[in-house]
Amino acid sequence: MTTTYAVLSEGLEKRFGTVHALRGLDLAVAEGTVCGLLGPNGAGKTTAVRLLTTLLRPDAGSARVAGHDLVREAAAVRRRIGVTGQYASVDGDLTGRQNLRLFARLHRVRDAAARTDALLDRFGLTDAADRPAATLSGGMRRRLDLAASLVRRPDVLFLDEPTTGLDPASRNRIWDAVRALKADGTTVLLTTQYLEEADRLADDIALVDRGRVAHTGSPAELKALVGAYAEAVVADRDALARAAAVLDRVTGAAPALDHERRTVGAVSTDPTLTLPRLVRELDAAGVPLVDASLRPPTLDDVFLRLTDGNGSDDGNGNGNGNGNGSNDGRELAA
Amino acid sequence: MSTATTGPYGSAHGLAYDGAAMLGRQLRRVRNNPGLLILTQTMPITMLLFFGYVFGSALAMPGEEYRAFLVPGLLVATAANGIMTGMFQAAQDTHRGVTDRLRTLPVSRAAVPLGQSVADVLVTAAGTVPVLLVGLAVGWRVEGGALGAAGAVGLLLLFRFATTWIGIFLGLLTRNEEAAGQLGGATFVLPLLSNAYIPTDGLPGWLRTVAEWNPISAVTTALRDLFGNAPVPQDAAWPVTHPVARSLAWCAVLLAVFVPLAVRRYAHGGR
Repeated sequence: MTTTYAVLSEGLEKRFGTVHALRGLDLAVAEGTVCGLLGPNGAGKTTAVRLLTTLLRPDAGSARVAGHDLVREAAAVRRRIGVTGQYASVDGDLTGRQNLRLFARLHRVRDAAARTDALLDRFGLTDAADRPAATLSGGMRRRLDLAASLVRRPDVLFLDEPTTGLDPASRNRIWDAVRALKADGTTVLLTTQYLEEADRLADDIALVDRGRVAHTGSPAELKALVGAYAEAVVADRDALARAAAVLDRVTGAAPALDHERRTVGAVSTDPTLTLPRLVRELDAAGVPLVDASLRPPTLDDVFLRLTDGNGSDDGNGNGNGNGNGSNDGRELAA
Repeated sequence: MSTATTGPYGSAHGLAYDGAAMLGRQLRRVRNNPGLLILTQTMPITMLLFFGYVFGSALAMPGEEYRAFLVPGLLVATAANGIMTGMFQAAQDTHRGVTDRLRTLPVSRAAVPLGQSVADVLVTAAGTVPVLLVGLAVGWRVEGGALGAAGAVGLLLLFRFATTWIGIFLGLLTRNEEAAGQLGGATFVLPLLSNAYIPTDGLPGWLRTVAEWNPISAVTTALRDLFGNAPVPQDAAWPVTHPVARSLAWCAVLLAVFVPLAVRRYAHGGR
């Protein structure tokens, strides 16, 4: 059985003046799957989506979306895609219902009124349907944006950071909607800064770094590659070196030391490492342990591991959403 | 698996269909927010009363005669505001992401600006009625016959159609709502450099030439001629001496330049 790709790009490049936003993006999204483009602000995720949705023309490279050439058959591509993002918005001066009817008409949907009602109902917007879209809450607005990209069921749906800035309840509704779309056979390409979001929704993740896909794999593969972040706080500075030696052994990675906070940490390469084992090993080595933790990898950790350790220190990674600042002040152990 | 669809894509038929949908969008926006419309429509009436009675009492021309002279000028000056409204709307849509949303749809590339400009002309047509009524109340009359008056209104709306396209192009160029607002305010000076509010024969030579080559002057003179409010000045610059034909030429030139520019800008998003 051969795989059909809903999105297949080769060597896509885009420059804005002196900024080389995309430097050869190769991406393959199998039909009916959810693909997460994961990366920090400035990595090129949004540029990639703008190219793949015909909003920008590539400077080099080629792509097929929903079976059509992105440049030569742009009109055919537009007939088969849906787009939701910060920059692709509904009209705030129209009501939700007016917006959906407008987009349904432009998509040549035969019964625009019925389709609109069905979408309003599906996204819990019926009660707010006759309010100007600009007056809706952030979560409702985002659901209306999503509904607007579904008026004519798209073959490929592009979601650019669909949950950024949303509260957990709104976020969960968007996630449920994406799962339902996938169950219906829609291919979804979503960009996110949140590892958790990609983890929950995506069949495959493409890590984007400085205009290229740096790594692809399933969420499980990615996590296995990165492992958890192990951290130990010791009672006095003299014990830091000993603790670092233990961490080096159990995590298989060079630990980083923070003398000020008397802390040593490392991203584990061993996915089977547990907290009890970490504590036992430190204790057995006579480390005066004050605190120890083992937490899921953050986007920082993923990038440090999979992009030669420079994913977030060259101005690309200011917005890594769930990084908690634990890298601050760390230095690599000698 | 697709939702049932109807109607054409591409072609002139598609353009008409999409244009009509976009026109409907613009008119719904007006209906949703009538306060803004009323505000913009009261502006020319306020100016008619202020200018008509304040300047009218200071000029050599008798007040009533000046007010009859002023009504066509104000109509054309208001029509020139199409630059401002067209620019603001296009920049707002771009700034807020509506333009890009529409650009990802299988919509005829010319439909969005076309719908916007036609809606703007319809709103202008409606707004002309109260200005003319107030004009009648302060001494302006139709003195050139019904056909002439119909021609005057038709020319006015054609001019508005042309200025809106200039605005749409500039709005797509600036992409920024606030910048468009600032720049749009600057268009207020355009009618000041024309014969819309004052006769140009008192201006110093070079300034008079600039004012008479302003398309607003040709269209204003044409309206005065068609309404029968004032004779065509025969010692004026070339665009003003045969004002109807040359106003039509101005509109044709503006449309020939700015329609393709705006459509191209819309289609490529400038990148």
